[in-house]
Amino acid sequence: MQKQSVKLTILDAASVILLLAALVIVFFFTPLEETMGAVQKVFYMHVSAAWVGMLGFLAAAVCAAVYLVRRETRWDVMSETGVEIGLVFTLVGIVSGSIWAKPVWNTWWTWDPRLTTSAVMVLIYLAYQMLRSGLDDPGRRARYSAVYAVAGFVTVPLTFFSIRLFRTIHPVVVGGSSGMFAMDQAMLTAFFLCLTAFTVLFVDLFWHRYLLGSQSEELEELETSRFGESL
Amino acid sequence: MIRIKEFARSVMDILWKDLLLEWRSREQVGGMLVFALLAILMFNFALDLESAKTPGTISGILWVTLVFAGTIGLNRSMAAEKTNGCFDGLLLAPVDRSAIFLGKALGNTLFMWIVAAFLLPLFAVLYSVNLIHGGVMLVIVLGTFGYSMAGTLLAAMTYQTRARDMLLPILLFPVALPVLLAAIKATGILLNGFLLADARFWVDMLVVFDVIFAMLGWLMFDFVVEE
Repeated sequence: MQKQSVKLTILDAASVILLLAALVIVFFFTPLEETMGAVQKVFYMHVSAAWVGMLGFLAAAVCAAVYLVRRETRWDVMSETGVEIGLVFTLVGIVSGSIWAKPVWNTWWTWDPRLTTSAVMVLIYLAYQMLRSGLDDPGRRARYSAVYAVAGFVTVPLTFFSIRLFRTIHPVVVGGSSGMFAMDQAMLTAFFLCLTAFTVLFVDLFWHRYLLGSQSEELEELETSRFGESL
Repeated sequence: MIRIKEFARSVMDILWKDLLLEWRSREQVGGMLVFALLAILMFNFALDLESAKTPGTISGILWVTLVFAGTIGLNRSMAAEKTNGCFDGLLLAPVDRSAIFLGKALGNTLFMWIVAAFLLPLFAVLYSVNLIHGGVMLVIVLGTFGYSMAGTLLAAMTYQTRARDMLLPILLFPVALPVLLAAIKATGILLNGFLLADARFWVDMLVVFDVIFAMLGWLMFDFVVEE
């Protein structure tokens, strides 16, 4: 077993501390929102999770493009890492958003552009996972996944804009989050702390998942080479 | 200049091959058409269209039918290449690979047009709306083009996987959603009796999506068929 690098251990500790600090501040030191009450506190985690989700997908697309140019396995592993983390956090964002929406919008779900786009994103990257698991040859798996990661990411903004325009004729249930940034100073501090904590957590998770991915890649190589010998 | 001519000729050759194959077997378009008819039948009962038909619903049904039929066609077009290793033979041909992509994608587009050509009068008869309308046809031409471009690229990938046919719609629908949205919206506006100029915005968007998907397919196909 290789020893974990010191930097990664520091990053582990930093993400734990920052997350705990963010939780404490959100629960005890931010004022209650005037109309929404305690449920507004979901907002800090919700936006941070959605942000990390987007970061993950962005990283996946960038690494996929680099893979297609350079053809080094590590970029494929990184792209897969980005997708996995992005999926988890986007789901966290959707669920936490629903929890917030039920009391505030009086519905768990509306087909608002943001909500719809994040749902479509989850579907795209679930499809990505299915594509990966359906391919046995590592080289082909890496190439196809990279092509789909790039193609999928390109269409995300298109989906967002077309849904936003699609919905203009329908009554808009809620005016988005335009009023949200009129925040109290303590709220802003908590918000940015949360955002930082989640971003650090993202880097930490990315690193861990990347290590895991490269190890399983190595293992796969070892297994195929031994299989070759026994033939 | 000569190279462009050569490229166009290889595209046309591949398109011609697909058309000839289809003419002799009538498998792809036939399957798509019967499927489309069945879909219309089921929509009719599921949505009780006698009483509740609005231009919006009809436009939605038309497009969902077309898109589902299109997926069947895309799967079929790749399955046909898989038999007897036809696709490998195609890849051995000394032509630019993007020409193969364009030829196949154009073939798939054309097959969707043929299906649409049957569907439009049928819809007109069944739901007494006038679908034989220049604007609607333009939207169908543009919408199916973008859909086939994205679909051909993804079908070339999914037919190499274990799940094959099942995977194509899963991969394609979320990616092609913007095309479908714009097409449904534009068709709905036109069926509401407005002019093409009123749907201009959505038609423009369709053109943009078409260009994006065609470029994506063109650039990415090389990576898909590398070996």
